[in-house]
Amino acid sequence: MMLTELTIAAAQGGLRRREFSAEELVGAHVAAIDRLNGRLNAFITVTSEQALDAARRADAILAGGGDAPALTGIPLGIKDLFCTDGVRTTAASRMLEDFVPPYESTVTANLLADGAVFVGKTNLDEFAMGSANITSAFGSVENPWKRAGDAETVLVPGGSSGGSAAAVAARLAMGATGTDTGGSIRQPASYCGIAGIKPTYGRCSRWGTIAFASSLDQAGPMARTVEDCAILLQSMAGFDTRDSTSVDIAVPDYRAACGRSLKGMKVGIPAEYRVAGMPAEIEAAWEQGIAWLRDAGCEIVEVSLPYTKYGLATYYIVAPAECSSNLARYDGVRFGRRVPGASLDELYEATRREGFGAEVRRRILMGTYVLSAGYYDAYYLRAQKVRNLIRKDFENAFQTVDVLLTPTAPSPAFAQGEKMDDPVQMYLNDVFTVPASMAGVPAMSVPAGLSQSGLPLGLQVIGRSFDEESVFAAASALERAAGFTHRPAVRAEVV
Amino acid sequence: MSLDPATVRRIARLARIGIDESDLPALQRELNGILGWIEQLNEVDIDNVEPMVGTGHAALRMREDVVTDGDAREAVLSNAPDAAGPYYTVPKVVE
Amino acid sequence: MTYLIEGRDGPWELVVGLEVHAQVISQSKLFSGASASYGGEPNTHVSLVDAGFPGMLPVINRECVAQAVRTGLGLKARVNLESRFDRKNYFYADLPTGYQISQFTHPIIGEGAIEIELADGSTRMIGITRLHLEQDAGKSMHDQDPVRSFIDLNRAGVALMEIVSEPDIRSPEEAGAYLRKLRMILRYLGTCDGNMEEGSMRADVNVSVRKAGEPFRTRCEIKNVNSIRYVMQAIEVEAVRQVEIWESGGSVDQETRLFDPARSETRSLRSKEDAHDYRYFPDPDLLPLVIEEAWVQDLAAHLPELPDAKRQRFQDEYGIPRYDAGVLVAEQATADFYETVARGRDPRLAANWVIGDFFAALNRTGRTIQDSPISADALGGMLDLITDGTINGKIAKDVFEEMLESGESAAEIVERKGLRQVTDTGAIDAAVQAVLDKNPDKLAEYRSGKDKLFGFFVGQVMKAMAGKGNPALVNEALKKVL
Ligand SMILES: [Mg+2]
Ligand SMILES: [Zn+2]
Repeated sequence: MMLTELTIAAAQGGLRRREFSAEELVGAHVAAIDRLNGRLNAFITVTSEQALDAARRADAILAGGGDAPALTGIPLGIKDLFCTDGVRTTAASRMLEDFVPPYESTVTANLLADGAVFVGKTNLDEFAMGSANITSAFGSVENPWKRAGDAETVLVPGGSSGGSAAAVAARLAMGATGTDTGGSIRQPASYCGIAGIKPTYGRCSRWGTIAFASSLDQAGPMARTVEDCAILLQSMAGFDTRDSTSVDIAVPDYRAACGRSLKGMKVGIPAEYRVAGMPAEIEAAWEQGIAWLRDAGCEIVEVSLPYTKYGLATYYIVAPAECSSNLARYDGVRFGRRVPGASLDELYEATRREGFGAEVRRRILMGTYVLSAGYYDAYYLRAQKVRNLIRKDFENAFQTVDVLLTPTAPSPAFAQGEKMDDPVQMYLNDVFTVPASMAGVPAMSVPAGLSQSGLPLGLQVIGRSFDEESVFAAASALERAAGFTHRPAVRAEVV
Repeated sequence: MSLDPATVRRIARLARIGIDESDLPALQRELNGILGWIEQLNEVDIDNVEPMVGTGHAALRMREDVVTDGDAREAVLSNAPDAAGPYYTVPKVVE
Repeated sequence: MTYLIEGRDGPWELVVGLEVHAQVISQSKLFSGASASYGGEPNTHVSLVDAGFPGMLPVINRECVAQAVRTGLGLKARVNLESRFDRKNYFYADLPTGYQISQFTHPIIGEGAIEIELADGSTRMIGITRLHLEQDAGKSMHDQDPVRSFIDLNRAGVALMEIVSEPDIRSPEEAGAYLRKLRMILRYLGTCDGNMEEGSMRADVNVSVRKAGEPFRTRCEIKNVNSIRYVMQAIEVEAVRQVEIWESGGSVDQETRLFDPARSETRSLRSKEDAHDYRYFPDPDLLPLVIEEAWVQDLAAHLPELPDAKRQRFQDEYGIPRYDAGVLVAEQATADFYETVARGRDPRLAANWVIGDFFAALNRTGRTIQDSPISADALGGMLDLITDGTINGKIAKDVFEEMLESGESAAEIVERKGLRQVTDTGAIDAAVQAVLDKNPDKLAEYRSGKDKLFGFFVGQVMKAMAGKGNPALVNEALKKVL
């Protein structure tokens, strides 16, 4: 049996039936990391020893025969934006190269409490700012997928949770945590042929997760199946008094939602997502998705979200504004990199010039500008008003439909070096994912098929606030219909 | 609206990010590229639209007034790049 | 009484507004569970939230909100049921996150007013613009190392109320009266201890001058003045400085200044080449603060009686003069002490003794009302002896001194020393006769019309009776004989 090919759902059963041990399961993934991480660079920090220790403890619990927590012995990758107690947490920045938090984020603490085993901290765009995982201070991540007939060209895994996506796709972990501010779970999931969900804003606690843009950041799971995402989100989600934006609503049974019938579900197709110049293969994948949902018993409804086209521009005001303030704490005094200076200001300026990479610096400057005296109304305030209109668009649409179906990204994974000279070109990768982020509603990407070049394409299901169940139900139906069994060129069992 | 070099210098100064003069032209070009693209928001009619506040879900929860934290100097100082005894340090500030 | 600065070309009027930072009394900090208590070893009252660690988030303290509401109610101000928190962004060594969480656009408390009273007995209303909640910063120490400043974050994140007045203040005296009154209200409410030495109350002073009838001219802000006396001095010297600038044809720059009490001057804080630009925006880690009307009403119902109301009640209920009532309510403890003494007794006699001998004794011995050697009940016991005629007023002063020293009760002292007042008319008549016999010349003078000598005879009789004669009876006996 190829342990690295198992789903989490299957592994849960196998472990309980003692078909294999947690040590074997974790060991298989650790070995795969040993073999492939040098190439893929999916992990910044690998914690093999701790993982194997944890696996042995998991085996002791499983051997006890009682009720082991749901994720006992399941090897996961943790995006290196989640603070992990005693384990270096870098945000892929030189600024935090040696930062070891003395605390555990709520999301990872929830996973640990459910028995999960962390095999390492996954790579990302620096401070989660990027869509291609090329801004990491620890080097780019390679997408394990290859274009058909082209084993050479290195493709990006998407971002910012590109390390998590690549690790799960290449079978270095059974699942991983991601964070999504404007598409950072969904877009890399789409590029790497896996599933990933950004739950409703407020569903997962932000406590202990390094902030990029506080009003948008949401943690979520990435895994190879919709059901595995449901299993992981079940553990990650929940009310947390330490996060004032965490919402006190019971977490329903997500796994059960995956099997739900779609009879009578109304699926909205937002006209505004049919953007000019959309590649035919994206259009085709979308049409296919619509057909699958219709076949599953859904009623397809054309809807209009007139303000969503302003989502991306709005995002590139709101997110940098918040980031410029959130990242002010990296000043070389209490933690992180410090570059000496003769005066306090020299210390700040040198530390922040050297500690941050170009994209982070650019966003901080942009955010500083849009909040500065004389420009606040023209940029930040206007953007927050447009954001309200976007949110109302979704509210209106969800008066008539249960979920929305769109493509996840306007293209499959592109090559390293493409789209990189113009920031705006890079930002356009998030055009379909950002609106749901602005509105705070849940959205999931599920693999739907391959492009002409043999690369995975994702479809996005967007739901009402706190109705992740409908999202899981629709995404599962798409998954079953798509029967996506393709695997990337670079993966654990390929030597 | 378009940024001139003096404005780029001023916001870099506000953000306490050191920049070399030689970096200015590229930075100015990139920022202006983004700002030009953002201009599309000017076509949206925002008269009588309230800005989004919070996340629209709820009002602020309040915690009880109890000491539950602190008294952890070791943890607080554990990552300090230049701690001196029980203190953080900065280059001398002259007031 | 108008306060004017005489310039070369006529009088100038003073315009002052005050921003007071008052530290909220609470167990824990505004947004973290670390202790808010004063002192403590460096960096021990610090949570990872206060130190701005990655991923740390603020959660607001209900009691700090309640304290702000109580203060607003005490200032007769509007309580805003919805308010918001903004970030004020700037870099400084003692500001861990690079921003202060404050309330910029939507403060929790709106307009209110404070009535102040001046030395000439006149009163004025000073408007309150707003009160908002915000975080305190940490502390930098500059004298422990040749090249470094040391940072202690114990104060970082402690709740402050910033109380902003209208520019209604027209003299240093009014500024002093405003601060004393504000401090009194805060102390009554129990929302701030008002201790300026420990920095739990600090004032930023906005000063400008103008000719009568003019609109406001440019103001300067004098930062962080830490005593009422210094606030008054700073206003005075700053006003004179501004008048000199205007009169010499210059213009005052809007700037932040520091008051140097040693030199009695204000001076400009090194002006940085770039002006402050705080880039306020709503804190995305916090939602709007929405409080219930019912909660506000409940807080209002449990508010203590405040100084103005108490003073009025003392006048009405005890029939004491406005000035005396004002002295007695200056501190809650004094007012409570007085009420214990006055209860069931002659309230005016009680007021005279508390304000007179009792305060003088505290002053003389350097004690406070909390560690007074004479309790309110003990003082009341002494007043009872005066009222029932056991001792007279003069003996009472000696008894009081004895109480101060020995801690004995008045009754014990009177018994032990035999100080009971003599009311036996036979004994008094005998003493009167003895005095007249001894002073035939004075008697003759009196009888020939020198009425003023009556007092002389009273004194002599009292002296002969070792002060224990009942003054009324002595008077009566003398009148009869003379
Ligand atoms: Mg101020
Ligand atoms: Zn303030």
